[in-house]
Amino acid sequence: MDLIFEGIKKAFWLLVTFDPEVMHITFLSLRVSGTATLISLLIGVSIGTAVALSRFPGKRVVASLINTGMGLPPVVVGLFVTILLWRNGPLGLLEILYTPTAMIIAQTIIATPIVMGITLAAIQQLPQKLRLQILGLGATRLQMVWILLREAKLPLLAAVMAGFGGVISEVGASIMVGGNIKGYSRVLTTATVMETNRGNFDIAIAMGIILMLFTFFVNLILTQIQQRERPR
Amino acid sequence: MNVKEFNPLIEIKNLKVIRGGTLILNVPSFSVREGEVLSLIGPNGAGKTTFLQTLSYIAKPFQGEIHFRGKRVEKDHSVLEYRRKLAMVFQEPLLFDTTVFNNVAAGLKIRGVKKREIRERVMKQLERLGISRLIDRSAKTLSGGEAQRTSLARAFALEPEILLLDEPFISLDPPTRDSLIEDFELILKKTKTTVILATHDRLEALRLSTQMAVMNEGRIIQAGLPEELMNQPVSEWVASFVGVETILSGEVVKQNGGTIIVSIEGQEIEAIGDCRLGESVILCIRPENVTLSTHNHHEKTVTGNVFPGRIVKAIPLGFYQKVHLNCGFPLVAYVTNPSLEELSSGKEKEIRASFKATAVNIVKKELY
Repeated sequence: MDLIFEGIKKAFWLLVTFDPEVMHITFLSLRVSGTATLISLLIGVSIGTAVALSRFPGKRVVASLINTGMGLPPVVVGLFVTILLWRNGPLGLLEILYTPTAMIIAQTIIATPIVMGITLAAIQQLPQKLRLQILGLGATRLQMVWILLREAKLPLLAAVMAGFGGVISEVGASIMVGGNIKGYSRVLTTATVMETNRGNFDIAIAMGIILMLFTFFVNLILTQIQQRERPR
Repeated sequence: MNVKEFNPLIEIKNLKVIRGGTLILNVPSFSVREGEVLSLIGPNGAGKTTFLQTLSYIAKPFQGEIHFRGKRVEKDHSVLEYRRKLAMVFQEPLLFDTTVFNNVAAGLKIRGVKKREIRERVMKQLERLGISRLIDRSAKTLSGGEAQRTSLARAFALEPEILLLDEPFISLDPPTRDSLIEDFELILKKTKTTVILATHDRLEALRLSTQMAVMNEGRIIQAGLPEELMNQPVSEWVASFVGVETILSGEVVKQNGGTIIVSIEGQEIEAIGDCRLGESVILCIRPENVTLSTHNHHEKTVTGNVFPGRIVKAIPLGFYQKVHLNCGFPLVAYVTNPSLEELSSGKEKEIRASFKATAVNIVKKELY
């Protein structure tokens, strides 16, 4: 019991004094996962919408592939990205293994199928005839897609939450491709793992608390938007 | 009449839609003139929806040509330019998840109309459809009738050159429906909008339209003035669909000028028409044209056909009843509730059914 109590006390101290290392780690986590989420939104929403709106043979196979991707294990993504970026691997020339950029790539790969899958479902659950109605009001195809996306804004917000939530809490890929280098590629999750292994429970708890606060606040803001948009 | 009225607003040539290897729509020619309200009537699955959606270029692909004001779409107009001359209303309101105002403004925003003008036009339509008080309400909270009014306002706000409606009133309850149809009729009278209305309700069609077209199995079977369709159906199928309840087949046994006598199961019915002697014909008699009276009634000068008969059954239809008679041949009549009571209270069960020779429509068998 003492261990936990001491841990929480230390964690609180680190937080209120704005410990520079903790702040750096926190900031990097936010930057890496935020960037990855943004990129995955661009890719995921556009491809998800395109798949939802088009008709082609094998659409179901594509849809189930996307849905499978939603549960992509981070360590597998980590392994894959590591091999790609390995010194004599296909993209070894870029020399970006063990950098935040590599982490962004890995996290984007994790978040994209999540965003894509939710987008696909969100667009498909809109009434079929809505597309015809929008065209019947004189919309161009692009205007129609834009209006459909606006109609699906609530589930799309859920896609943002799920994507961000997935990558900020992910540890396997980040540790593999980022290397957990102090002051460079160490993020909240990788730091928590390391400090726990070392028995530095206080710092680990502090990291854990920050991580949870983060997820909580980001989701709080998004949920606020989502609930405000609900009809009264 | 000036020449302009003869030029069709929309003209269709050899329109064909094939889906999954089957020809589901086949309209060799069809046109609508400016200011007309044309009802497309037909049972479910007749191809009305496909026709409207093809006509409005929102369902593709299809073969054939669509001409708007004499110019061919895709050649002389772009598809978008053409689509922006129309507005479409569906059976479901299909509103966007926003306020009533934004919904009605949607089509105008799509066209990039200036904000001030949007506001003016939206307000005008909300007023017309009696939903001004709902302006800031979320579309999700509207009742069925309010939602459909919003959907109609959204279409009218575009001031379309032609308005396409696909069963717009069908999902509403009767009072809501009646009041909306009434308002809709007034708006049409005021705006003189050209309309194509798909419906399977022939009463709604009769009430609203200046022209009618009957569809079945992807084809237009008959088109013309409502009274033409009602009174001179080209086939037995059209007759039964537009609501002629009595359909009898027989043979022409006498012919005298414009008058013929048709023998039906031993009975002779007089009708007006140009037929050969011995020709097989189908006679259609609308129930509202049949008058019933008791035997002992003082006989007025009834022209044409009078037959004694018995009531086989009476089906209540609200204020009136649909009475099936046996006069040696089956005959259907509409009778108000009090009249029926009077008819059945008489000592004699036998009653007299009469209808004019002009009330009998002749369908020649060769025609279908």
